[in-house]
Amino acid sequence: MATTAPSSAPAARAGRAGPSRRRRPPVGALALYTVAFLAALAWLLPLAWAFATSIKPEGETTEMPPTWFTSNPTFEAYLDVLGRGDIIQWTVNSLVTTALVTVLTLIVCVLAAYGFSRFDFRGRPWLFALIIGGILIPPQTLIVPQFILMTQLGLVDTYWGIALPQVVTPVFVFILKRFFDAIPRDYEDAAKMDGAGPLRVLWSVVLPLSRPILAAVGIFTFIGAWNNFLWPFLVTTAPEMMTLPVGMGTVMGGYGIQYAQVMASAVLGALPLLIVFLLFQRHIVTGVAGAGIKG
Amino acid sequence: MARDSSDNDATPAADTGTAGRGNVTVDVRRKPANWTGLWFVLPFLAFYLLFLVWPAVVGLGYSFTDRSLAGGPVSFVGLDNWREALTDPALHESLWNTLVFTALSVPVMVLLALGLALITDHARRLGWFLRLSFFAPFVLPVVVMALIWEWMYNPSLGLFNSILGQMGLEGSQWLFSEDTAMLSVVIATAWWQVGFNYLLYLAAMQSIPKDLYEAASIDGAGAWQRVGRITLPMLRRTTVLITVLQLIGSLRVFEQIYLMTGGGPNFATRTIIQYIYDSGFVGLRIGLASSMAYVFMVLIVVASIAQFHFFARRED
Repeated sequence: MATTAPSSAPAARAGRAGPSRRRRPPVGALALYTVAFLAALAWLLPLAWAFATSIKPEGETTEMPPTWFTSNPTFEAYLDVLGRGDIIQWTVNSLVTTALVTVLTLIVCVLAAYGFSRFDFRGRPWLFALIIGGILIPPQTLIVPQFILMTQLGLVDTYWGIALPQVVTPVFVFILKRFFDAIPRDYEDAAKMDGAGPLRVLWSVVLPLSRPILAAVGIFTFIGAWNNFLWPFLVTTAPEMMTLPVGMGTVMGGYGIQYAQVMASAVLGALPLLIVFLLFQRHIVTGVAGAGIKG
Repeated sequence: MARDSSDNDATPAADTGTAGRGNVTVDVRRKPANWTGLWFVLPFLAFYLLFLVWPAVVGLGYSFTDRSLAGGPVSFVGLDNWREALTDPALHESLWNTLVFTALSVPVMVLLALGLALITDHARRLGWFLRLSFFAPFVLPVVVMALIWEWMYNPSLGLFNSILGQMGLEGSQWLFSEDTAMLSVVIATAWWQVGFNYLLYLAAMQSIPKDLYEAASIDGAGAWQRVGRITLPMLRRTTVLITVLQLIGSLRVFEQIYLMTGGGPNFATRTIIQYIYDSGFVGLRIGLASSMAYVFMVLIVVASIAQFHFFARRED
């Protein structure tokens, strides 16, 4: 990258031919691409190392110096981990609770954001202030009273107990409201002329225009809920009710020094969201971008 | 108020029908008795009151009692918990650790994100691959990240010490030494979380108008000059946003440290959130944990508001 500096001469030359960015001196571009490529490799290295360890026979993982490419690749560690069955149960638990959180969050946040964006009602300003103020409160500071509330409601070790407190995300109300505010009202007015009620207008006019932001909020809720550790960790005590991260964090400790198995479980734990990420990469990137530029 | 609004359900449509004056909100504003908006807000409000406001209120109440997670009679103890929390050296130490983590991680996470985004913005042909590589760790569950890094940091069998050994250097104790544990956690956290800031920077860079760069090129500005004179100044707002978000995020650190070091060695990495957890769920002292949680909550809120004012003024 350092060698891109002395590019002023060619840039000046390119002045007559329009944009000069394509005319970067080759040595600078080469250095830039080398740095970029090495940085990306460095970022992928931990994942690659986890995978390399996971396909080794258990005995080979403790050899020093460690090797990147085992001569006896095996999926034994994966079979051992999957054979215990609990990781499958945890994945199911994670899927159910994450789906609950995502669907409920989208519904309540969209409704609230639309209410604040389009309607005036008594107490609206201070209600909005109350909810936005909640962004400042770190949810972790409420774990003790939240846990006691859950025991009182009898929701410890249930899907609802894991999911419900995670639905409260004031920041999404804020982001969605800003998005709705920017949608011109003409479309809605037309629908209202045709006699559509407010819910109908929201559903058939506003939401179709809001797909990118809904995808972004949905995906980030999903990632957050899937990866959440502290709350599910507190509210589940029975191993069969644990989510994937909690199960891996608590029960895996018992696997001790079987590194191939530990890394196999890490790879299995990473896979679901890596797949989601690969499928929705574009939505995630534009989602972050949208939230950032507007925020 | 629920009763009130039932007969108002159809009003917005009726409003526009009779008025036809275009802007609906104007019409609604003239009728203070319209509750339609409240219906929309109500479901979120219910969750919010039950799972955030109520615990916050109840927690404040607990902080004045000697309530135990194990049950037993509860009595009012006044400010005892608050006094104990505020004078507890272990609380001060955990606060200090939290601040150290924040002071180390914020610059790293902001500058690293900026550097990676600059690289990506220039190496356009690798764009997809670079975005994938730098952001992928962000979607990993914290447990997965912790397991992988513990394995790489392993002093006797880990990848890092083996690489150092091959280069003829002495290995480090990484997570197992009071001197290096926090730094090791910061490095792992940067790898894991930098992708979010990186995407924010990248989006901001790509929204800078191209003709600015073209004009600069025509005036003879080199690549470094274009970055220094155009890109970086245009990113100021983004940098402020990222720094604010990162500061608040770093102050709340808990999970990855708890999983990687358990707060050790010798409590050198125990953060304030873990201390609250330890007091409430391990020590079973709900009252004490609640007063600590409030001390921390007040600190966070004050820090957030102070930052907001600081940056809001500098923006002008």
